[in-house]
Amino acid sequence: MSAFSAINEEREIERDEFTPGIEPQATWCPGCGDFGVLKALKQAMPEVGKNPDEVALFTGIGCSGKLNSYFNSYGFHTIHGRSLPVARAAKLANPNLEVIAAGGDGDGYGIGGNHTIHTARENHDITYIVFNNEIFGLTKGQTSPTSPKGHKSKTQPHGSAKSPIRPLSQQLNAGATYIARTAAVNPNQAKEIIAEAIEHDGFAHIDFLTQCPTWNKDAKHYVPYTDVQQSDEFDFDVSDRAEAAEMMRKTEERLYEGEVLTGRMYIEDERPSYGEEKRQIGEMPEEPLAERYFDEDAEWERTYDNLLEHHK
Amino acid sequence: MTDNELIWRIAGGSGDGIDSTSQNFAKALMWSGLNVFTHRHYPSRIRGGHTYVEVRAKDEPVQSRGDGYNFLLALGDSFARNPQEEAYYGKEELKPLYENFDDLREGGVLLYDEGLLDEEDVDEIGLEEAAEENNWHVVPMDLRGIAKEHGREIMRNTAGIGATAAILDISTDEFEKLIKQNMSGDMQEANLNVLHDAYEAASELDIDHDIEVPEGSHDEEQVILSGSNAISYGAIDEGCRFISGYPMTPWTDVFTIMSQHLPSFGGISEQVEDEIAAAALALGASHAGVKAMSGSSGGGFALMSEPLGLAEMTETPIVLVEAMRAGPSTGMPTKPEQADLEHVLYTSQGDSARVVFAPANIRECYTQTRSAFRIAYEYQIPAIVIYDQKIQGELRNLPASHFDEEPNADPGSVLTEEEIQDAAHHSSGKFQRFLHEPEDGSNVSPRSVPGQKDGRFLATGNEHNPSGHISEDPENRIAQMNRRLNKLDDIRADLDENTSHQTYHGPDEADYGILVWGSQQGTVFEAVDRLNENGHSVKALGVSDMAPYPKEEVSEWLESVDEALVVEMNATAQFRGLTQKELGKYGDKMSSLLKYNGNPFEPAEIVDGFESSIDGEELAASNMKYVPAAGD
Repeated sequence: MSAFSAINEEREIERDEFTPGIEPQATWCPGCGDFGVLKALKQAMPEVGKNPDEVALFTGIGCSGKLNSYFNSYGFHTIHGRSLPVARAAKLANPNLEVIAAGGDGDGYGIGGNHTIHTARENHDITYIVFNNEIFGLTKGQTSPTSPKGHKSKTQPHGSAKSPIRPLSQQLNAGATYIARTAAVNPNQAKEIIAEAIEHDGFAHIDFLTQCPTWNKDAKHYVPYTDVQQSDEFDFDVSDRAEAAEMMRKTEERLYEGEVLTGRMYIEDERPSYGEEKRQIGEMPEEPLAERYFDEDAEWERTYDNLLEHHK
Repeated sequence: MTDNELIWRIAGGSGDGIDSTSQNFAKALMWSGLNVFTHRHYPSRIRGGHTYVEVRAKDEPVQSRGDGYNFLLALGDSFARNPQEEAYYGKEELKPLYENFDDLREGGVLLYDEGLLDEEDVDEIGLEEAAEENNWHVVPMDLRGIAKEHGREIMRNTAGIGATAAILDISTDEFEKLIKQNMSGDMQEANLNVLHDAYEAASELDIDHDIEVPEGSHDEEQVILSGSNAISYGAIDEGCRFISGYPMTPWTDVFTIMSQHLPSFGGISEQVEDEIAAAALALGASHAGVKAMSGSSGGGFALMSEPLGLAEMTETPIVLVEAMRAGPSTGMPTKPEQADLEHVLYTSQGDSARVVFAPANIRECYTQTRSAFRIAYEYQIPAIVIYDQKIQGELRNLPASHFDEEPNADPGSVLTEEEIQDAAHHSSGKFQRFLHEPEDGSNVSPRSVPGQKDGRFLATGNEHNPSGHISEDPENRIAQMNRRLNKLDDIRADLDENTSHQTYHGPDEADYGILVWGSQQGTVFEAVDRLNENGHSVKALGVSDMAPYPKEEVSEWLESVDEALVVEMNATAQFRGLTQKELGKYGDKMSSLLKYNGNPFEPAEIVDGFESSIDGEELAASNMKYVPAAGD
């Protein structure tokens, strides 16, 4: 018997199961886009049939990092920019866990940019939601990696001389196999995309546009938006790399011109996830490693018998 | 000074096969019944540059490098002959000869490859004069020629072994056995021919020396291995099945050994983008219920500071290995030092709770790595094994039975699903993962693992309440802080009861003491024996527990001596400082003997340093520093 009976439990899942019985003191400002992520995430869970005990949510630091407090599942609120490496190992240790990671634009594109690239490159079976509000919120309004060029803040009073990072294109190049952009103001699409991302077998990167009503007052509230899948204007094949790249380029350019394009940007279903690749080459056990520690019949070989031969 | 021992040094360029040849030489001597110990010296360069390995062999146990050496096999640096214009290596091919002049003992044998080193060049570096002065027996032989006759120049080292055997009158049986074990087909045949030809050629020379290779025998089966092997096997025996890392010398050794073996044990190894990720992965694996480790050397460990603090705050067990090399910064990548102690003890923010063990030898690398895992997982605390480049690479033989221990896969204080059902839950549905006062009266609040039914909790680097929710409530803060820190007292008591890591050496009663930690312990113990033979009254204490510190043990020992000399391989007396800080006194009793030139102590240096210190004389040797007692 599995030591993790909550995993693959067959039953109807209710959205409310993901709401903690007692709400922790809210740290998000009124009108914050983060509420939209929370809502979409909770709504996606019944769709994918996951129960709170089989979901492990890893967050970074900042307003987005508080997601754990309001989402009832196993949670690990890690350190700034480091949610992905912690999440990666948890998934390798127990591939049956539903592993979701979340962080802000500073978290995922700035301090943790290296981890974001490498997690995409390796195609870990993780859903990564980046709360992109183009600003550092919790540290009170500094320029972020996605702030537009010329953005003025206390730390860049002359206006930023840096062009914003282009997360969609970057993640396509890095190797992510599911890439989408959605927005807090578009709850139905957000829910669908999160559900698809969770069901996707590989690294799913969601650039989630979240407005910051406190520190980014001038920023677009991402309305009106266009769903690229629903619009006739953007007829592109989401599984074609070149077409996806072109779509992302448009999306990323136009965002800073005030036009919000959301939707699925790239989906690649053929490439096996990293864990699967590792399993195929014999670098990972067939059964979840974490199970072994609870299995009384597991055999733990002694080094003496196996390793010392060539030292004799 | 120390008779009846062979200290054979093989010197050449990196890539000339110095390492593998010395390993084979050591193993063959072990097979012949001797006890062996190796000491490696190498440059931060992959091909070429002066590198040497010493193999010390005695009939009694060896736990240190010796004082100098008595047989040199100088192969010369074959990579110094670089045809590229931009590469200027001068007479570098001679380095493995002349750079080894200093430590070759009087009456020693010097065998060099005249196939590679021109006689004229050798004349220029003053070999003849040095040989005359020191009564060396110089043996030029065309090892390269012998190797080439059978095909490949690289077999020069096999020729060197054959010639060594003939000069020292050692049987070639064990070497033949090794060649047959390690090689097959043409390679095996060629090497056997080279071995025999070189043996024959050297036998014909008339070399009169007084090195006597001792004879010995072992009561039980022996194994020969390095500190990195022992750490890896300790980890695997203690149920570690996950490692994540980024290469950095000398930590790379453990990382590669683990990576090679873990998959066959059903485990996982991950080479990742940087050391922050490496430590973070270990945390993630452990959080998910797997025994995990990571590690690095100084600079890489610096990057692990943040995940280390997160492990402390979230009480996620992990084991980190810190393989010290000389610093600061990237320092000297291939040279040993014991200067990361404070780095490992104090890195990361806040009042920290961590365990730090410093094994002193290969035997302890195995046992203390096992302790580190047991303590980490029972007490939900990060444990660090700190050792240095010296132990990492040195080889030593031990009875194979030392490793014949039962494995322990127990993940420690993890609840089963049944136990979680009976445990306390918060009204929010969260499991009370961080109870202020755990039910069993200990300071360890048992944990659940993601995927277990009704075990949900939040692990966070922020201060948190029993169910893991972020909390800045002052009373909760004090309760959580105290519980986390109090675990160190429990661990101290546990170690005192179950596993003493400290090692006493010398007579029970002595006027003077030498206090030592880590890799210098064996050398100090050898020096203590000599000092007592010289009529001094000295004993030694090797301390392995850096945190929690064994206050009582060290206090009692310091009380029992009039004065203590603290020996360590760094410039700022870090261990002496730790001892004084932990004990709050004895500042007037402890002086320091320090060495930080990139080479570990030799026993004779400690003897000299000790004698100078008690005589109140200045140290004659410029490669060491004496720091007198400072007062409290």
